[in-house]
This record gives sequence, C-alpha cells and structure tokens, in this order.
Amino acid sequence: MNSFFTFINSSVGKKLLMSLTGLFLSLFLIVHLAGNLLVLRQDGGESFNTYAHFMGGNPLVRTLEIGLFLFIAVHIVNGVRIWWQNRKARGKRYDVYRLDENTTLPSRMMALSASLVLLFLVVHLRKFWVPARFEGEQNMAGLVVTTFQNGWYVLFYLIALVVLGYHLRHGFQSAFQTFGWKTKRYAGLIEFAAAFFWLVIPVLFACIPLYVYLTGGAAVASLR
Amino acid sequence: MKITLKVWRQKDQNDEGRFVEYTADHVSPDMSFLEMLDVVNIGLVKKGETPVAFDHDCREGICGSCGMMINGRAHGPGRGIATCQLHMRSFRDGDTIVIEPWRSNAFPVLKDLMVDRTSFDRIMQAGGYTSAKTGGVPDGNAILIPKPVADEAFDAAACIGCGACVAACPNSSAMLFVSAKVSQLALLPQGQAERTARVQRMIAQMDEEKFGSCSNTYACEAECPKQISVTHIARLNREFVASQF
Ligand code: HEM
Ligand code: SF4
Ligand code: FES
Repeated sequence: MNSFFTFINSSVGKKLLMSLTGLFLSLFLIVHLAGNLLVLRQDGGESFNTYAHFMGGNPLVRTLEIGLFLFIAVHIVNGVRIWWQNRKARGKRYDVYRLDENTTLPSRMMALSASLVLLFLVVHLRKFWVPARFEGEQNMAGLVVTTFQNGWYVLFYLIALVVLGYHLRHGFQSAFQTFGWKTKRYAGLIEFAAAFFWLVIPVLFACIPLYVYLTGGAAVASLR
Repeated sequence: MKITLKVWRQKDQNDEGRFVEYTADHVSPDMSFLEMLDVVNIGLVKKGETPVAFDHDCREGICGSCGMMINGRAHGPGRGIATCQLHMRSFRDGDTIVIEPWRSNAFPVLKDLMVDRTSFDRIMQAGGYTSAKTGGVPDGNAILIPKPVADEAFDAAACIGCGACVAACPNSSAMLFVSAKVSQLALLPQGQAERTARVQRMIAQMDEEKFGSCSNTYACEAECPKQISVTHIARLNREFVASQF
C-alpha cells in the first residue's frame, strides 16, 4: 500500500488536494456572502457592524480563519506546483494548437483566472480585512460604503467577480470529476449545483458594490 | 486539389528540427491523409531527398501506430478517427496544413513525425495485465457478467494506445489512456485479484514518466479515435482513492 505522502504527491493526489481546498473555499463564499448581504439592511449599518464585530471577536471564527488562510495557501502552492509540472510535461510547444476547438474557455483560463482572483484577494484583504483586524476599524459598514462610492473600486470588484465566476465555472464541477463522482447519473446534478457557485453567488456579491454605488450609500448608512 | 504542407522535419533525437514546406499537387479528395503523404514521399525519393518518416501499420484505425498533430488537432479534424482514417475531402483546395509530431516529454521525437511511445508500454508493464493462469478456454457462460458492465469494459478496451489523448491535452496528461486500461480490468471479475496494486502501480509509473496532471479539460475525449469517455477517468480516480484503504 502507498504511504500517505506518496498518495498526496501523486498526480491524482495533488488534484484531490486542489479539489478539497477549492470546495472548502467555495463553501466559505456562502458564509461570506450571507454575512455581507447584511450591508444592504436599511439600519444604518448596525446589523453588519454587529456581525463584523462578532466575526472579529469570536475565538471559534478566528480559529476557522486560520484554517481558511491555510486552505488558501495550500490551494495556491499546490496550484502553482501542478501548473509548473504540467508546463514542463509538454516540452517543445506546438506551432499550431487548436485547444479552442475541443475545450471550454474557463477550463483553459484556470491559471489566469486564479492569478487574477489572487490579485483581487490581496487588494480586498488590504481594503477590508486589515483595517478590521489590525487597525481597529469599528465601523466596517461605513468603510464598505465609502469604498464603493468610488466607481473604480466598484468596477474592480465587478471584474473580479466575473473572473471568480470563471474560476468556479470550471473548478466546481471539475472537483467532482477528480473525486470520481461525476458519473453519468450525477453529472446533471453537479452542473446544477455548480451554477449556484459560479453564477448566483457572484451575482449576489455584485449587488453589494452596485447597490451602494447607485444609491450613493445614503439608504445604507445614515452613519452613526 | 493543391495543398501546401508545413511538415516538421527532424533527422534524429539530437537534431534541433525545423518546419519544411512542400507542395502536394493533384491531390484527390478521395485519398486518405496518409496516402497523400505517401505521394509526397514518392516525389521526395525521386528528387533524392529523405522521405518524411511517420508511423503507420493497419491504416484502418485499429492498431494505434499512426498519429500526428494536424493543424493543431491530434489526428486532425473530425471525431472518432485516427490519422489513417482522415481523408483529404476534409480539406479544401489551396489549404495550408501544418503537421507536427505528438509533443510531450514522455514521447521524445525519434525522427520527423515519429515519436517514442514506450512510456505507454512501461505503464502497461507496471500493471495493465492479469497474472492469473487462465488454463483452457472457459465455457461461454461460465462467468456471468451483466451486459451493461461488459459493454462498459468493452468500450474501455477499445483504446488502441495511440497517444492522441496525451498529444491533445494541454498538460500532456496520460489519464485517458491509463483510465481506459484500469477501467477495463477493474470492471471484470478477472481483474479483481490485482485491482488495488494495479491502479497504484500504473499511476506511479505514469508519474514516473513525467506525464502531466489532469485538469479535466476533456481535450482527450474530443480527440480520441476510439471516443473513450472521461467517465473512465472518474472511475480511475475512484479506484485510486479506494486503493488507499
Ligand atoms: C463584493 C463583495 C464583497 C464584499 C463587500 C466583501 C467584504 C469583505 C469584508 C468587509 C471583509 C472583512 C470582514 C471582517 O473580517 O470583518 C472581507 C473579508 C474577506 N473576503 Fe470579502 N467581500 C466581498 C467578496 C469576496 C470574494 C469574491 C472573495 C473571494 C474568495 C472574498 C474573500 C475574502 C476573504 C478571504 C476575507 C477574509 C475573511 C476573514 O475574515 O477571515 N471576498 N470581505
Ligand atoms: S485513450 Fe484514446 S487517444 Fe488515448 S491512447 Fe487510447 S485510443 Fe488513443
Ligand atoms: S495505422 Fe493503425 S490506427 Fe492508424
């Protein structure tokens, strides 16, 4: 029998690790979205701020947060490793290579969409997470509203969400193929669930910056 | 038809290699792609030049010898065909056709369009067999196998080991080939005895040969001359996970 190390370092093992961490991050999106939609409540940002304080103070959440960052790190490091090994496996490149005739765009763009989501993540964490965690920012709703008064931020978030949608368009169903669950019987069900992650979640996320921008934030925060 | 060919020429494994242009006049749309190359080669021999080397044997899509990248597609345009089953009617008068060998570090180019596919043989040697003594031919229905299972195993067994899956894959992954071989035996009673060792050894050998990791783009399924389904890759993944316990 294989040792666990051999297993996880095999080509299939590395893909399994990618799928597990990827699906975990997708689940995080649900929690993150549910919390963030509180910004839209017409209560001067009160519910969202209460939620943000709870997330910042609760020891269980803080522990999960460490796990989340760990998963992101594994997802990224493992992803770069696979990408590099796959590049090397080809050797000399084709002069003419028509992947556009037999693969989907999102599947070909995984490395690019991943890099862009990472770029977004850096900007996003600097903008919201660092102030909340390290700079003592109390009024997170206020920060969200002021940020999204700036059209450039809104545009940046919208693009990032489209890119995230692309990443998940291929990634979510691909994870189930890697687990070996994408059999003829379940393929339809998996595609259906996938649409929730690549389409519904990004669209709902996009509602936040768009709403704040279009209403000028007035309705959201008659900020205390 | 008049066709311009841009063909990869490479003297041997150490040669750099380069594209050379040839013109094929009087090409009939009824010719197979390999016949067209034969005619070009006759012309080259007459001029005292070395003919373009390419692998072929059965020329009816059953042996798996032939295979080249034609205009960026493994086995050329069309589905479910090997290069030998491609006909010139798939092209138009005046077309330029770019022909390259399979590209993968695990398939080093030997000469022109011929590649060394012994990495596939080594994967097979690692576990693509059953070592049970079978004795004489058993009675027809001595071992009962449900028809759908037999069909699925038969579909997997159709793989001819041509390597188009590797050539087409953006990651040069051999998963479709290995999954076909593992599936075929995992589905049948005769394959059970070595089931766990087989999947582990074959995947270990596949990694040893430095094939890439599957990213589920399914370019392999699209170009496979035997239309081996990627559901076999799902089964391979399942078999591999199950073999760990
Ligand atoms: C446009 C919609 C989004 C808004 C308004 C938003 C807002 C925020 C805010 C306010 C925080 C700080 C939470 C706190 O700790 O108090 C945060 C953290 C975070 N966001 Fe977003 N976010 C959005 C989309 C995304 C997307 C698409 C991702 C991609 C995966 C993402 C990943 C993260 C991560 C990883 C954190 C750190 C989570 C933690 O606190 O542990 N966010 N976001
Ligand atoms: S799986 Fe298909 S493409 Fe790959 S080696 Fe077998 S027959 Fe050729
Ligand atoms: S020559 Fe035998 S498959 Fe093409």
